[in-house]
Amino acid sequence: MSTLQISHVFPKVIAILQRYNKSGGTVHISVQTDLSSDLNLDSLTVMDLIMDLEQEFNISIPMNVMSEIKTAGDLTSTIVKLASV
Amino acid sequence: MALLKRFQTVRRQYEHMKSLGVDPFGIKMEKLLSPTEAIINGRKTILIGTNNYLGLTFDPRCQAASAETAYLSGTGTTGSRIANGSYAEHTTLESDLADFYGKKQAMVFSTGYQANLGIISTIAGPDDFLLLDADSHASIYDGAKLGTATVIRFRHNDPNDLDRRLNALQDKPGNKIIVLEGIYSMLGDKAPLTDFVAVKKKYANAYIVLDEAHSMGVLGQTGRGLCQEENVEADIDFIVGTFSKSLGAVGGFCVSDSPEFDLLRLVCRPYMFTASLPPATIASVKTALRIIQQEPQLRYRLWQNVEFFYNQLAQLGFRLGKNKSPVVPIYLPNVEVGTLFWQNLLKNGVYANIVMPPATPMGTVLLRCSICSAHERQQLQKVVDILKKTAEEVGYFAVQTQQKFAVA
Repeated sequence: MSTLQISHVFPKVIAILQRYNKSGGTVHISVQTDLSSDLNLDSLTVMDLIMDLEQEFNISIPMNVMSEIKTAGDLTSTIVKLASV
Repeated sequence: MALLKRFQTVRRQYEHMKSLGVDPFGIKMEKLLSPTEAIINGRKTILIGTNNYLGLTFDPRCQAASAETAYLSGTGTTGSRIANGSYAEHTTLESDLADFYGKKQAMVFSTGYQANLGIISTIAGPDDFLLLDADSHASIYDGAKLGTATVIRFRHNDPNDLDRRLNALQDKPGNKIIVLEGIYSMLGDKAPLTDFVAVKKKYANAYIVLDEAHSMGVLGQTGRGLCQEENVEADIDFIVGTFSKSLGAVGGFCVSDSPEFDLLRLVCRPYMFTASLPPATIASVKTALRIIQQEPQLRYRLWQNVEFFYNQLAQLGFRLGKNKSPVVPIYLPNVEVGTLFWQNLLKNGVYANIVMPPATPMGTVLLRCSICSAHERQQLQKVVDILKKTAEEVGYFAVQTQQKFAVA
């Protein structure tokens, strides 16, 4: 797979995260948005979110790296890294 | 920082449930009367919330074998097999299991949970890949967590998604270990095993671990599970199972033809560092294993009961899981209706399991009913009537027609 740019990945991550944003518009998703404390996603919902992202970018995000993913920015950089190898 | 602070959400959810007057985690069986009845809250209650698929917990032959062995060999082993030795019962059960499955080797664990924990954490090493079905049981996830392999989830029961992920790993040298279950415990659905086997065969160094916890004794001509029903036994590299469901006791096992299998006894920590099963438990398991082979009528009865129960509920308009299975989940519209339903059902004399978020995906609330071959027809009819009455009490049918539930 060719190298993906953050500028290409991030808008798609936001679009998918919006499906999980149940704040009714009060949480505006940015690089710093925390999946747990800002979006209130429990661990199972995060796994569903990961599945959606995996499908979108045709990658597998190992569960082992998920503990390091806290924010929308972490998600984006993980995807860029995995999709570029 | 306060201890256990990170579980505050769990505490809040539990408190909320208790404030509704419901405590499904606090259920106490005051006295068991049979495989299908118990005294709960001082009332005689019909049980449709067990995993006692063949009703063997009260089989007089299993009970006698267990009692007699307790007298002859004592109540416990007081230690692990590597440190304190194996009893004759352990090794004969292992050969019984290997014979039953037609595999070369068998290993007995102290629980089914530990069997998954041990096998999954040990057979996959740091350069290997574990590919887990997304709906896998906690013991499978925990086994993956205890181990050192890279862990990848694929969509539940989706061989194409597994194929796509294996394809992307083709250039990586490590083993690819796929973990599946025969029947999934909450929705009662079966793995499309033949299709998964076909995917596995496309790739080098790929193996299948199949957990037959809920399908052993239930599926297959002689009760060997989904692998027997789909006639793919030779293609399943490791079969894991439990003695705590259709065999009516406690314990776990793994069978395999792998030439390296015996090495697991020296390296598999959840096998090594725990007390081994008491011989009395093993005696009842050995008897139950013989019964499930010799008495297919137990399975026929189970499936007749499933057919009756599922059809009755479907006719009444209950929203059920897609497959007919000894696990019959009823979808409930939300946590409030779900908890009220469960609570009223218990008051009306039937015990089932309630399963709620965060233990279920997409906010699904399930009333998990499980069928036993020892359920009498009139008992099941009574359960159906009580389910109908309870559904009317909590307005289930009215809500159900108004609302489209989340589909699993």
